[in-house]
Amino acid sequence: MDKHANLHASDARPVLEGPDIARVLTRIAHEIVERAKGADDVVLLGIPTRGVFLAQRLAVKLQQVTDRKVPVGSLDITMYRDDLRLHPPRALARTEIPGDGVDGKLVVLVDDVLFSGRTIRAALDALNDIGRPRAVQLAVLVDRGHRELPIRADYVGKNLPTSLRETVKVQLTEEDGRDTVLLGVKAGQ
Amino acid sequence: MSKILIRGAKVLGGEPQDVLIDGETIAEVGTGLSAEDAEIVEAGGKVLLPGLVDLHTHLREPGREDSETVLTGTRAAASGGYTAVFAMANTFPVADTAGVVEQVWRLGKEHGYCDVQPIGAVTVGLEGRKLAELGAMHESAAGVTVFSDDGKCVDDAVIMRRALEYVKAFGGVVAQHAQEPRLTEGAQMNEGVVSAELGLGGWPAVAEESVIARDVLLAEHVGSRVHICHLSTAGSVEIVRWAKSRGIRVTAEVTPHHLLLTDELVRTYNPVYKVNPPLRTERDVRALREALADGTIDIVATDHAPHPHEDKDCEWAAAAMGMVGLETALSVVQETMVDTGLLDWAGVADRMSFKPAQIGQATGHGRPVSAGEPANLTLVDTAYRGQVDPAGFASRSRNTPYQGRELPGRVTHTWLRGKATLVDGKLT
Amino acid sequence: MQRHLISAADLTRDDAVLILDTAEEMARVADRPIKKLPTLRGRTIVNLFFEDSTRTRISFEAAEKRLSADVINFSAKGSSVSKGESLKDTAQTLEAMGVDAVVIRHGASGAPYRLANSGWIDAAVVNAGDGTHQHPTQALLDAFTMRRRLVGRDAGLGQDLSGRRITIVGDVLHSRVARSNVDLLHTLGAEVTLVAPPTLLPVGIESWPCSVSYDLDSTLPKCDAVMMLRVQRERMNAAFFPTEREYSRRYGLDGDRMAKLPEHAIVMHPGPMVRGMEITAEVADSDRCTAVEQVANGVSIRMAVLYLLLGGNEPALTHARTTEEK
Repeated sequence: MDKHANLHASDARPVLEGPDIARVLTRIAHEIVERAKGADDVVLLGIPTRGVFLAQRLAVKLQQVTDRKVPVGSLDITMYRDDLRLHPPRALARTEIPGDGVDGKLVVLVDDVLFSGRTIRAALDALNDIGRPRAVQLAVLVDRGHRELPIRADYVGKNLPTSLRETVKVQLTEEDGRDTVLLGVKAGQ
Repeated sequence: MSKILIRGAKVLGGEPQDVLIDGETIAEVGTGLSAEDAEIVEAGGKVLLPGLVDLHTHLREPGREDSETVLTGTRAAASGGYTAVFAMANTFPVADTAGVVEQVWRLGKEHGYCDVQPIGAVTVGLEGRKLAELGAMHESAAGVTVFSDDGKCVDDAVIMRRALEYVKAFGGVVAQHAQEPRLTEGAQMNEGVVSAELGLGGWPAVAEESVIARDVLLAEHVGSRVHICHLSTAGSVEIVRWAKSRGIRVTAEVTPHHLLLTDELVRTYNPVYKVNPPLRTERDVRALREALADGTIDIVATDHAPHPHEDKDCEWAAAAMGMVGLETALSVVQETMVDTGLLDWAGVADRMSFKPAQIGQATGHGRPVSAGEPANLTLVDTAYRGQVDPAGFASRSRNTPYQGRELPGRVTHTWLRGKATLVDGKLT
Repeated sequence: MQRHLISAADLTRDDAVLILDTAEEMARVADRPIKKLPTLRGRTIVNLFFEDSTRTRISFEAAEKRLSADVINFSAKGSSVSKGESLKDTAQTLEAMGVDAVVIRHGASGAPYRLANSGWIDAAVVNAGDGTHQHPTQALLDAFTMRRRLVGRDAGLGQDLSGRRITIVGDVLHSRVARSNVDLLHTLGAEVTLVAPPTLLPVGIESWPCSVSYDLDSTLPKCDAVMMLRVQRERMNAAFFPTEREYSRRYGLDGDRMAKLPEHAIVMHPGPMVRGMEITAEVADSDRCTAVEQVANGVSIRMAVLYLLLGGNEPALTHARTTEEK
């Protein structure tokens, strides 16, 4: 089992379980179709690691709703982070842009947790080097607040008001062996 | 003349004795000596040796006074316990004429720290082609008896043969820097496992050994004696051992650094370890120590080779070859030979004073510590241990491979014909 | 912690795999419309070349520019080892200008090591080839090329070269490429065989983690990759081998010899090739020859190395291995 599975398991409590996550993703899929008026030109780009799995799940749901294959890929933001100089270099994750690219498309960025907004800023920069979408939207599983940049999500699975002392941990079957969102307290607090 | 009474000194490492110096000579050696008007030096169990003699020193003057002068070099020698040094001929101009050797000899006399016996070049300009005026150098005031192209090998077999023959007329000796030049083109370090890895040009042991083999056979053929400079390999030891067993008149020297250091140090690419011949392997070091102990190698000679800082503060290939050694030689010999039980202090006196004086015919040096002999003496605190600090060197150069290394022994006093050149570790 | 890349022998297996994996992602940047990442913005890198090497220099330059570093090219052409002081002086001058890293190519073995360890400068040092010592980024790009071809682009991620049999042929004695490759390939689990005339193998090679053969034909059927090293014609004059013709007959790779390789095996060359000497035009231009691919991979590898050394507040490479462990 992945090392994250037991992270603060004792003092963290689940706020979303497997069925909740599935339901939330279904709702977001419907919202995307509704707002994009059919989602013909939607491209889903997940932000590694867990955003990629969420994007893939969303793609399946969208296909169920629209009966069309929705292009899905991944967008690694490591090289665009604004805190690179604060840590040792991180291993890179995969950037995988679907065959037709993003030019003129509606790109929906997908991530697990929206927090400071810095990840999304980096993602917008990364996207800028890849092409020129018609529009960019953002889908997140959890919005925990505390934004440090003027960024908001277009599709939110769950709004989760948190304090800065708390941690939000998303676990997904593909990576962690189970689906859950845990709310815990920072170590050492 | 003044008198000095050294009390309680272990003469050549033996039982404590008193030594009375009167003027330039040793007046008396015994126990319970006293002399009303003598200056007293309490030896307190330190070891008293005959003044050390270095058959292989580079004083650099004339020509490279930025790295050493006769004055700074002889001060370094006195610091290290030496009362006589043989100055190599590779100066600018080369010591290949009576004029140059006399100049060096006079400078040594004027400064008075240590007797300087110039070595004459074997060939004009060290170029290996034409014999220098060996006889003229011998007849000069300097009275040269040792000839060497050190730094370069007398590689032409005919020139070497002629030199060996020619110096017989006045009892001279040729000291060979054994290095086959073609086998060492571009050589940067010992050829072996480490050079293969570091990608530095190899200086193979065979380049030394083949020349030594040739020269001992030449010496046998023409009935001369030959001296081998800075012998550095186990194979060279075998050849010299064989030659001696055949009765060939060969003598050999080893440097302190070849007794202690190996080519593993080159992994640092620090040119302070760059020297010619190069540092060899652990196996060679062991063979050299054994050979010095059993007398196959006759003497320790420093190959003191000062270089200015900038010639070492660069990449390996660009750096000059050589290490200073006068001020650390005795400590290294104590570390490698005495403290390991291979040699006692009488043996050290033999290898660092008696024998080198004999090979170089340094009159008045390398004599026993007994009444009537010249008072050339060195007092060594053998119980001392300390880190080598080049900042305290008397030499003008600091290119020592021992910086920061802990070594035993410290020379506290040196007397040159009764005159103190070093007192309590300080030059006079 | 070490902040330099001096020798391929300094890299642990995990370090090496991390560099290869990172390079695999960097390679994808080359496929984008904008081949640039902002990662090293504000970092200044100087390419300090004491030896002419246009291909290595432009490869580093391309890597640096793709990572948005400020690049200074300093070529100390014609400077021989006799200008020892100038290395220190030049390096200090450059550092005074605020250089974060020095990519150095030097004719003297150990010059980058000296630069990194002498206390002359604080900048990170990347060895772009020193004398006949090391050329670590070349070894990395070679390993990267092998992993892509023999294991697979995606299948190779996280993988080393365990069990792969690599033959390196040619002037090993004078080759920093051979030394770096032996070290790195051994670290990555490959079995290396060196093939050369005995005159072009260094004394002391028995301590290297590889096997040695004088016979090319018998090793070819058993290898996954064969790397041909450049053999300079001048070596002939120093009696390393009798004639060019004899060298290429015994140690050159021609079509007939290439046919002895297993179906999947590749032919590599670090360049520049001496056609007609160690490799025939037929082999050099064949699909199995990766020489051009190696050049492209060089940029990705150098991006990865520069990112991992300079991209954060401290290097991501551990340099845990010491020379003694080899």
